Amino acid sequence: MELNILLLFMIFSAIVAVQVEDLLSSVIAVGAVGLGLSLAFLVLKAPDLAITQLVVEILCLIILIRATIKKDLPFSTSGRWVFNTVSTLVSIVVFLFFAYFALRQLPRFGAPIMRVAEEYIASGQEKTGATNLVAAIILDFRGYDTLGEATVLFTAVIGVLAIIRKTGRIKNEES
Amino acid sequence: MKSLEPGMTLIVKTITRLTVGLILLYGVYIVLHGHLTPGGGFAGGVIIALSFIHLMLAFGREVALKKISEARASVIENLGAVMFLSIAVLGFSGGYFFFNFFVNKGRPFHLFSAGIIPLCNIAISLKVGAGLFAIFAALILFRSSEKEE
Repeated sequence: MELNILLLFMIFSAIVAVQVEDLLSSVIAVGAVGLGLSLAFLVLKAPDLAITQLVVEILCLIILIRATIKKDLPFSTSGRWVFNTVSTLVSIVVFLFFAYFALRQLPRFGAPIMRVAEEYIASGQEKTGATNLVAAIILDFRGYDTLGEATVLFTAVIGVLAIIRKTGRIKNEES
Repeated sequence: MKSLEPGMTLIVKTITRLTVGLILLYGVYIVLHGHLTPGGGFAGGVIIALSFIHLMLAFGREVALKKISEARASVIENLGAVMFLSIAVLGFSGGYFFFNFFVNKGRPFHLFSAGIIPLCNIAISLKVGAGLFAIFAALILFRSSEKEE
């Protein structure tokens, strides 16, 4: 149910991102798609992917916003300093309050929760036949992750070749 | 004394001639034994790419690009990607994506064991090695075409 709502939200945001005229609004709509994808990963019980998606999305959004805005963002550096200080202190206190409860739930150092990893270690060798457990995990149990890494590298190579080749070709034609 | 031929001095060239084959062989060893010992497709692919980059640094770009040109490097990279994906899709013959579809996994600690894992390692090494070499060659060609102006 939540997944369907998130998917509809992502499709709607993607349509908005394509159709809208303003570049900044389009970038923010793309960010909304990424946020929806992150929440969808969370609903599908893949929190590590959700964290990665959220961080990468925020980074990409900041870079894209910085690239689309010509003028500097207006920062208020003078006036209203009482309000600014109080709001900063309040947000720090709220963060520490929730962080206290969240950090108490973490496992003790040196005693990690090994629900999935225990299974990998116990039956990795007989299930895959590989004696290198790392290879067994990255290429068999977590093959999707490796596919994603390979795709990242593939995209990087294609990007570098596309950018550099274009410049070289134009210069060669001019000379 | 200036040598007119491209590349570095005679000492570097001689040592490169002796070591570059060993570096390539070591990369192939790391890839093929990825399921037995530490290593794998990513590390071995980088070592294979480094052997060609070594050749390019010592002898100049023509010698290395004659061995494997930039266009062929990107073709090999795409082949590696397609091979990796097709191994993953072939897993559907046994049920799901990335299924280890070899029934007989072989004896542990032997070269031919572990089903699809060595094949995946080879595909990844082709991709990583050829991709890095293509990036390096593109950068070299870019710099040299800039210098001619």
